[in-house]
Amino acid sequence: MMTNTIKHHVNDDLMMAYSSGNLPEAFSVAVAAHISMCDECRISMESHNTVGGILLEMQTDIKVGPDALQKTLDKIATSCPVEKVEKPSKIDFPEPLSDYVGESLDTINWQPIGMGVKQSILSTSGEATARLLFIPPGAAMPDHSHSGIEMTLVLKGAFADETEYFAKGDVEIADGATNHTPVAADGSPCICLAVTEAPLKFRKMFHRIIQPLIRI
Amino acid sequence: MKRIQTKIDPNEIRRRIRGMSVITKSFIVECTSLFEIGRATHFDSAASTGKAVKLVEKTESPPSSLWVEEFELIQRHKSVKAFGRLFTHFAPKIKAFLMKSGTDAAVAEECAQEVMATVWHKAHLFDPTRASAATWIFTIARNKRIDAIRKLKRPEPENLDWGPEHELDQEEAVGLQQETAKLGQALAKLPEKQRMLVERAYFKDMSHSEIAAATGLPLGTIKSRIRLALERLRHSMK
Repeated sequence: MMTNTIKHHVNDDLMMAYSSGNLPEAFSVAVAAHISMCDECRISMESHNTVGGILLEMQTDIKVGPDALQKTLDKIATSCPVEKVEKPSKIDFPEPLSDYVGESLDTINWQPIGMGVKQSILSTSGEATARLLFIPPGAAMPDHSHSGIEMTLVLKGAFADETEYFAKGDVEIADGATNHTPVAADGSPCICLAVTEAPLKFRKMFHRIIQPLIRI
Repeated sequence: MKRIQTKIDPNEIRRRIRGMSVITKSFIVECTSLFEIGRATHFDSAASTGKAVKLVEKTESPPSSLWVEEFELIQRHKSVKAFGRLFTHFAPKIKAFLMKSGTDAAVAEECAQEVMATVWHKAHLFDPTRASAATWIFTIARNKRIDAIRKLKRPEPENLDWGPEHELDQEEAVGLQQETAKLGQALAKLPEKQRMLVERAYFKDMSHSEIAAATGLPLGTIKSRIRLALERLRHSMK
């Protein structure tokens, strides 16, 4: 059996922003999904949280009201802990992602965007957009250049750009300087979660015209 | 969907988490040297005038208590007394953290109470071999800042199956606390101005370009120095 090891991880910029709670929701979904699959990045996250804990510990106290403890005890008495609903054990996505797209690949509401490529946009708030992409084997992602950071997490299958290969669990992080053409590997379709900081700019005229319509 | 990394034993993950705070400490030290440069070129007119720069170190040290006992008393006996001790220590710090993030005093007070109520309800989830009490409470306060104050959702990773509940290994908890304390000392040794930069990166949204503006260093230099430092640290971890 082939052992699949994650080679491409969430970088420290993103991890620090995620740990400190300063990452737009769309990126946080992808980071949380990656951590769900990757022990290395879970360790990195806990370590970044430690810095936050120390900074909290270093705070100069700001007095709370004299009745604050009693009010808190009242809150405890009237509230009950929110128990997390157990997910069925067999789901197609990491849990944080299934909160947005459901549990099964079969029920995704895909929109075709040409050349067999399909997308489904997640409902997130903030400055960034997250979408599931379905790319048939051997098919290219639409040719684009980036503005802002783009993060792509492979959920199924694999893709490669000019220099590197990205398999299940791998994260590709590209910035404005990247101008590449990822192609899905042969075999099975590649399904990934792509997060963009700003709308992708397509270089081809056709895409430039329809870009506002399909929001890619 | 499960983890696909060749599964690391949960205890090994615990051990690595404890080790990582050493790594982060070196990272902070690297940051210090980064900020030193910024200070020399930008902030520090004292050096050129020959005046000594006083580095004010924080005198208070982190509490020696691991809070383990308090958490056990809360969990097993619903001890209000033990909770009171946690509350007295942490609630004013949570309020300070929230106010530094730009929350007004009344909302920060209310949210600090809610954070502490969550600490009570989730006390059974606290694992002192993975995180210090301050770290664990920070994550709860951070989430409160995101969902109650910013009204945003916070996607969290899947819970790891940490294996059968094991007896608390006091040595592990102490080891974690020691590493955390070392990191705390490294942070505390930073001159105020520089420590504020690290703090702002955590408590507020401070991008590298804002740090660049504050230190007078070109953005490229900051990014590559941070990256280099972390690469080296990661290497030494393996």
